[in-house]
Amino acid sequence: MSVLPTVAEPMGSVPAAPGRSSLLARIWRDRNGRIGLTVIVLLAVIAVLGALGVLPHDPIAQHPAARLQGPSSRYWFGTDQFGRDIAARAAVGIWTSLRVAVVSVAAAAVIGSVLGISAGFFGGWVDQIVSRFIDILFAFPAILLALAVVSALGNGWQNTAIAIAVVYTPIFTRVSRGPTLTVGGAEYIKAQRVLGTPLPRILLRHVLPNVSAPIVVQVTLALSWAILTESALSFLGLGTRPPTPSLGLMVSDARNTVATAWWTLTFPALAIVIAVITLNLLGDGLRSALDPRRDSRP
Amino acid sequence: MPDRPTSGEIAIDVRDVVKHYRTPGRGEVQALDRVSVSVERGQVLGVVGESGCGKSTLARLLTRLERPDSGSVEILGRRIDLAKRGELRELRRGIQLVFQDPYASLDPRQRIGAALAEVLSVHRLPSGDGRVGELLETVGLPPSTAGRYPHQLSGGQRQRIGIARALAVQPQILVLDEPVSALDVSVRAEIINLLVRLRDELGLTFVFISHDLGVVRHLADRIAVMYLGKIVEYGPWDVVSDTPGHPYTRALQTAVPIADPGLDAPPTELVVTGEVPDAADPPSGCRFHPRCPLAEDRCRSVEPLMLPASGRHRLACHVVQSEAATADGTNG
Repeated sequence: MSVLPTVAEPMGSVPAAPGRSSLLARIWRDRNGRIGLTVIVLLAVIAVLGALGVLPHDPIAQHPAARLQGPSSRYWFGTDQFGRDIAARAAVGIWTSLRVAVVSVAAAAVIGSVLGISAGFFGGWVDQIVSRFIDILFAFPAILLALAVVSALGNGWQNTAIAIAVVYTPIFTRVSRGPTLTVGGAEYIKAQRVLGTPLPRILLRHVLPNVSAPIVVQVTLALSWAILTESALSFLGLGTRPPTPSLGLMVSDARNTVATAWWTLTFPALAIVIAVITLNLLGDGLRSALDPRRDSRP
Repeated sequence: MPDRPTSGEIAIDVRDVVKHYRTPGRGEVQALDRVSVSVERGQVLGVVGESGCGKSTLARLLTRLERPDSGSVEILGRRIDLAKRGELRELRRGIQLVFQDPYASLDPRQRIGAALAEVLSVHRLPSGDGRVGELLETVGLPPSTAGRYPHQLSGGQRQRIGIARALAVQPQILVLDEPVSALDVSVRAEIINLLVRLRDELGLTFVFISHDLGVVRHLADRIAVMYLGKIVEYGPWDVVSDTPGHPYTRALQTAVPIADPGLDAPPTELVVTGEVPDAADPPSGCRFHPRCPLAEDRCRSVEPLMLPASGRHRLACHVVQSEAATADGTNG
């Protein structure tokens, strides 16, 4: 048995390890991610300030004497038809919207991904049941489904969150099932089976990280849709209960006053637009930050 | 080279294994048809054949990625095909698999060090940087490799990681499914030399699967040649690779490039044409007859049996067997 001559492969030539930077740092390196990250932090600060009630004006107290005043140094964004400060209400509205969006999307992402990964990994009857169930949910227009859930449960932010979670769960199931089909058949998963790695560990440590990129990106997109849906439900009177401010409610209230007082519509609507765009930019930044091959190529 | 000493102990015993796959559109494909083979401890069995002959299926059955439809697979004296969870994990410490494609067999999101440490912790073996470094050293990589991701390594380096990962559980048997086919020729030689070293230093038992007889002969003690789900020739490496009997093996041998073209071509040269037939509808009689230059009438109807040709050398071919019988008759 001969030993083959070898071409000397420089054994020590493993490329120098580039310090793999944190996720935030990698988002920051992306221009869209940088904008998204900055604005979302700003919005979060405003929302928290609003929620804590440390703003100069009370968002709920009515001041009949100060009805429908335009933006000024005293009322930055003006007042509404009850003399309430729109800036304070918008800040609390951002809090309400973000709270519903975060809670509903977190629930949808966890439940949807568990369903999707199970369906994709195990296939067979698990896949059949999950996929048919998802098909049924998908058959309803999103807003109708949310309306149906809210009418069944009654309004209030928790119920709005549940409704939105129901609407977005199938999206997460779809998004996670597809990549799981590919990853589940990959050799590195077979390798783990041969190595004797327990199934829960394979799913958590090897399947999930490899299908997480589209899920995480979907989270930011779903957050922006959830803000829109929450606003739409509030606009229709099925979301946040007055007098708690919500961006959707403010837009709804402004219908009657916008002709004479443009600020009543403009500022809450602008807040919605900014939140949605910001989350989309952040999603963009995340997408590039999560690609393992993006940085640290030899 | 003389036979390497063997313990005589049986490490792998595969008996009458049958494996079918159901594929949509093609019906039932017979990947393995009553295959029996055994490997002694410390020996290297080379398995050779074209793609689709069932050699990868054999690897999957040996490592219990799949179970046979019938027959038995015994690893270190225990039935791996029947093992339940706890026993199976124990058996997996005895037999490990190295995959063909080093690009696909490593988790792209796991650092090398973490991947090796995970194997150790799953099997409750002492882990820590020291052991991971040792494993890397065993396969000829610097300890700093532990901090890399798979995409930062070359194909050869990745295959070394694949081998290190399999070695982490300190197995006695390593199944190597085309371990060098995806690599550049220059890197191939290094990996084969590494395997030769591991075989000699650790006394490992190998099942080395390849489509290339030229690669297998570098480290195999015994070679089994497979065609369409059956073993058609089996014997000591030098006999099978230098003076093969079965026309299919002779054709494979012809396909091995000759290092020194000045040498005469082997006298046994045979050329085979055509593709491997559809395994869903294997030919009657001898499965090789449609492509065999020696085929006779009986080859089309009667399936040849594996019969001893000389010593431990066995093959399944009517023509060669009767030629041998005639020669014996004349001599006697």
